Amino acid sequence: MTPAQPTDGLLARTLREESGLLVARLARQFHDFDLAEEAVQTAVTEALEAWRRDGPPNNPAAWLQTAARHNALDLVRRRSRQTALAMRLAPAPEPVEATYHLEGDVPDGHTDDRLALLFACCHPALAPEARLALTLRAVVGMTTPQIARAFLVNERTLAQRIVRAKRKIVTTGIALSVPADDVLAERLADVLAVVALMYNEGFVSSDGLTQDRDLAGDAVWLAGVVATSLPNEAEAWGLAALLTFQHARATARFSDAGDLVLLPDQDRSRWDHAAIAAGEAMLERAAALHSPGPYQLRAAIAACHATSPSWAETDWLQIVTLFEVLTRHDPSPVVRLNRAVAMSQIGPQEVEPSLHAVDELVDRLDGYHLFHATRAQLLTRLGRDDEAAAANARALALTANEAERRLLATRLHRHPLTDGS
Amino acid sequence: MKYVLMFTSRPDLNASVDPELGQAVYKKVYEWFQENGDKIADSGAELLGVETATTIKHGDDGPVVVDGPFNEAKEIVGGFSVIDVPDMDAAVALVKTWPHLELPGVAVEIRPMVEDYSQFE
Repeated sequence: MTPAQPTDGLLARTLREESGLLVARLARQFHDFDLAEEAVQTAVTEALEAWRRDGPPNNPAAWLQTAARHNALDLVRRRSRQTALAMRLAPAPEPVEATYHLEGDVPDGHTDDRLALLFACCHPALAPEARLALTLRAVVGMTTPQIARAFLVNERTLAQRIVRAKRKIVTTGIALSVPADDVLAERLADVLAVVALMYNEGFVSSDGLTQDRDLAGDAVWLAGVVATSLPNEAEAWGLAALLTFQHARATARFSDAGDLVLLPDQDRSRWDHAAIAAGEAMLERAAALHSPGPYQLRAAIAACHATSPSWAETDWLQIVTLFEVLTRHDPSPVVRLNRAVAMSQIGPQEVEPSLHAVDELVDRLDGYHLFHATRAQLLTRLGRDDEAAAANARALALTANEAERRLLATRLHRHPLTDGS
Repeated sequence: MKYVLMFTSRPDLNASVDPELGQAVYKKVYEWFQENGDKIADSGAELLGVETATTIKHGDDGPVVVDGPFNEAKEIVGGFSVIDVPDMDAAVALVKTWPHLELPGVAVEIRPMVEDYSQFE
């Protein structure tokens, strides 16, 4: 395989823009999702090789389309030959014509096609771990080896998982269509969960293992595709805003030495302020739909941080209020822990009540290192140094027990405690 | 597309069900079949209790007859029906309205039916 190249960013953007649309279009033309997905996947692999070798073509979209169509026809021919061979061995009563009919091309940029494909890949009848993998391959145009590297899983296992999921879509009659209105909200929640997970996984893999794809960036892009395709869905805008804010701060999350820098200590001039403005615009679109939900609330909290000039000047009162509402949608202990942290920032008089609120979570979070790290911080502020030291030791022990660095990174990111997001 | 619905329940949880609720749900089943008549290809059958089950199993010296259901799972199959709906979403939407789902331990398995036998040729 050709090693990663500087032009990979451009290739990756082209592939993610084009491949999902191509899969959707070919699936319709050939009446065969499995074949379409296979044809595009092969074209993506060919593109990675050829474009790295020869440089990107003048019209990458057309190049990819031609290659994918060629592969699809090739697959049809190969299958017909197999069918013909089988028929010679056991003659069928009637000759079977190839069942594939080409229909007229649909106009470019048919985003509903891609959305329909995304809904199928995130269907609740598919195994949860297969949904993201299939989405990355079919909708975002990642190759199986790229996905395997991103998740540190065996390529064969992953390939089998994807094959099983594709087969289930075809055999169980999961439609490649945007769901009807009465189930849209429910199905959209599954789609948004996959996109959110994709961002988190992307953060984990940002250690250079997948230099040829920016998974987190792809997730921000996909969240934008979903929101613009379903402009009346407030939570879709909410997730797009949330990921945009988080991604805008991503560059400041690591020091030059590669260490994780938490929000209070981040150099805010390194944040992407244009992206933050874009996130605010998305959040306004969401708010105008008057249908609040957890992603919008998380995005609103992230917006408070993203637009604050410093940690000290953060509008903690607003953040606490937002957490109050979020707790009603999502009463999970980690959300309550974050709310307590925000509360403790309001003023010295709130530190002790915050500690009580944290202590109430001990049954659920005793094995979670950030629970103990939070307690340590609060105890220190109360001058209870011995207890603080004990809590710190506990946090450290739990962290040291983390066998896999990857897992640690996941947890840090999924529950970015001091980020309050 | 045709799907077979397999209705299962957990007898060990039946005792926890309020008998009045159980009665009410049972009445709703009749209405459910009436309301969804256009989607039901074969109303199938409700089965007598699992204590009536007899299983014929493969044996090295020929089929063996044994008392009881074919598996040791806590769930027992109580009946089946065949529905004919456009796609999986429609199947899921229909099954979600199955009245017994109000009761704990109840589950319905959806399995697409083989309709195109050419794949086996």
